[in-house]
Amino acid sequence: MSTPVLEIIDLRKSFGETLVLHDVNLTVPEHTATVLIGASGSGKSTLLRCINLLEPIDDGLILLDGQEISDPAINVDVIRRKLGIVFQSFNLFPHMTIRENITLAPIKVQGKSRDEANELADGLLKRFDLMEKADEYPDHLSGGQQQRAAIIRSIAVNPRLLLLDEVTSALDPVLVNEVLSIVRDLKSDGMTMVLATHEMGFAKQVADQVCFLESGLILERGTPEQVLKAPSHQKTKEFLKRVHEAGRL
Amino acid sequence: MAVVSNSTPWSPSPRERERELFRRALHNRQRLIALISTVGVLGTLAIILLTSPGWETVKRTFFDIDYGKEVLPTVVRGLVVNLQLTLIGGIAIGIIALALALLRTTKSPALTPFRFIATAYVDIFRGAPLILIILLVGFGVPALRIQGLTSNVIVLGTVAVVLTYSAYVAEVIRSGILSVHQSQRAAARSLGLTSNQAMRYVILPQAIRRVIPPLLNDFVSLLKDTGLVSILGVTDAVRAAQINASRTFNYTPYVVAAILFLLITIPLTRYIDRYIRLRSEKQNSDGLA
Repeated sequence: MSTPVLEIIDLRKSFGETLVLHDVNLTVPEHTATVLIGASGSGKSTLLRCINLLEPIDDGLILLDGQEISDPAINVDVIRRKLGIVFQSFNLFPHMTIRENITLAPIKVQGKSRDEANELADGLLKRFDLMEKADEYPDHLSGGQQQRAAIIRSIAVNPRLLLLDEVTSALDPVLVNEVLSIVRDLKSDGMTMVLATHEMGFAKQVADQVCFLESGLILERGTPEQVLKAPSHQKTKEFLKRVHEAGRL
Repeated sequence: MAVVSNSTPWSPSPRERERELFRRALHNRQRLIALISTVGVLGTLAIILLTSPGWETVKRTFFDIDYGKEVLPTVVRGLVVNLQLTLIGGIAIGIIALALALLRTTKSPALTPFRFIATAYVDIFRGAPLILIILLVGFGVPALRIQGLTSNVIVLGTVAVVLTYSAYVAEVIRSGILSVHQSQRAAARSLGLTSNQAMRYVILPQAIRRVIPPLLNDFVSLLKDTGLVSILGVTDAVRAAQINASRTFNYTPYVVAAILFLLITIPLTRYIDRYIRLRSEKQNSDGLA
């Protein structure tokens, strides 16, 4: 078996006195999607931020393509070039046009020429149906368009692993699907990803592996059929029941 | 924004026409009240001024129109010095303030001593009255009698103003940097940008845009405060007026100088107000999109 893209071993993370993640073990093989589910505050976002080295961890190991990236001696800038993250609140740069948002990292980080980067950006914008917004500022786009632009921005640097943190939670229900369809496209392109979501229907479609987090622990994991249809753990059942009642399944 | 199209031309309903009449009556009444109030207040002030026992003397010593015309050219020549000082000083202030603000917000361990110096600098020059800094620099530096150091009062006065104002402006820029949300930095860093690149391409452009209104206000204050270098003997507008006033014991030159400053600062502040209003309106309309 080849080296997984991401491997997490016994990860532990706390904010001050509060333990937010413990005994987290996770393996993400290439070209697969791992979906993290769980109530707000269960540690999904923190886990993603730890993988992206936005949060220092207390203990454990994070390996990217077999290389330990949780080593404090590592150059975080080099590692982050291999990781893409998309946030719940888009976080586009408001003073730049959509095309400038997308080309910033290819130009400044990867050293591409402006023409090369523009060509790359325009290709992606065309593919994901956002070309007519290329010269607009983020303020002038709908939430769904902004999030699509943010996803394009993060894949423009060709990351080994894409992290998606509740990318549809800040969106109007009618805009959710246009964002999810991009994620589906990326999945069929073979992008390796870890995503936190509350969209269970979507999780079922894209996930190769579903992890249910509860109080900072991966309580249950398995294929979408196992975890979402026939959960074995009582807490998982209760969570799915609440999600179902909220009309999200 | 949605545009509603409607084929039938709209004519106001009788109810709306009635409302319109009421609105107009209300508006007229408010205008009348404003007029009466203005005439009453200004009239009272004018009467107090004109009937005061010293008015005739004040008129002669402060508002001597012929004397005012006579000193106008010298005061204008002085004002040119103020304007030069403002422009040259303004550029120096911008550069130094930016460096100070960046030093104070950096976390680089190699810059620790400079961060400490920058903090002390801002504390001192923001906390001490400008006039004292001008006196200390203007008289203190020449007293050192160091070879090659200038004793030119214009240069020393400018240095003193730049020292003080760069501390003010540094704090304004720093507050702008701190006001950019942490998530912007996280987004930039997660794309692989280094800390410096994130500051240069993402944080700073947004920060500067936000602090343009307070910076413009500081610019107006700077123009006024250049008048303080007159205490070193720089022949600026204030000093030119002072020379004439002390020669004739007529204070009209001060009034001339004041009017000249106002002729520049009032249009400038009006322009700034308009700029700020237009910008906030634009942002509000963007917010709706």
